[in-house]
Amino acid sequence: MTFKKKSSEMGEIPTASMPDIVFQLLLFFMVTTTFRQSTGIPVDLPVARMIKKLEAKKNVTNIFADSQGNISIDDKLIDKITDIRSIMYQKRIEMPLLIVSLKFDKNSSMATVSDIQEELRKADALKVNYCAKFGD
Amino acid sequence: MLIEKRRARKAYIPTCSMADIAFLLLTFFLVTTSLDLDKGLGLTLPAAGDARPIPKKNIISLLINASGAVMLDEEPIEVNMIKDRITTRLMENPLVLVSIKTDARTKYQNFVSVLDQVQMAMGETPRISIAEPE
Repeated sequence: MTFKKKSSEMGEIPTASMPDIVFQLLLFFMVTTTFRQSTGIPVDLPVARMIKKLEAKKNVTNIFADSQGNISIDDKLIDKITDIRSIMYQKRIEMPLLIVSLKFDKNSSMATVSDIQEELRKADALKVNYCAKFGD
Repeated sequence: MLIEKRRARKAYIPTCSMADIAFLLLTFFLVTTSLDLDKGLGLTLPAAGDARPIPKKNIISLLINASGAVMLDEEPIEVNMIKDRITTRLMENPLVLVSIKTDARTKYQNFVSVLDQVQMAMGETPRISIAEPE
């Protein structure tokens, strides 16, 4: 009985088009990536040096306040400052690890800032982050 | 005369490492792209109604007036000196708390600068309290 000799044929995957595939991936991600458009009220953030990156983006709610005293939570304008309490309390229930990113204009008055803080305290949203730019 | 017949020599660029180059580019952009994360000073506010008496010697009070001038325990101080003063006070008394009080018309930037200085000395602790302006 004769056995056919197994031919040791090397199986090869053609890699010539590999770069094309990778470039295609690269292009796909470049094209589909949309950078988050800034929502809320345009504010000019204050400067500070001890700033840290805010991790866990999922749990972050932004509160904006400009120098005219307009306030918005994420992108919803707030009419009455006392409305913050119920909105934030609702969010606090949904997200127990809620961090509130306070994006206040550097020229806004402390009266507004303090009012918002008081509302946050009443809503039990105690972890805040005073959003700032790096600088002196 | 003998003219040598020009042979069309086959020249080729090796494309083996093209994939590696493309991957390198891909990883480079993946690593260097940082989506604009929010940066800022963290703080934990005291819970509502969480007022307890604190001995006066354990409090450093910082007052900021409407024009941004700062007083530390009744004496005026430059904003960039606050860090050193609090550091010394912390060494004398590690239980010390900082209370920041502002005027209603104080600009937010002044408050952030002061808070920045305090956090440089103390880090992010719940031992910083912000009093309501009168």
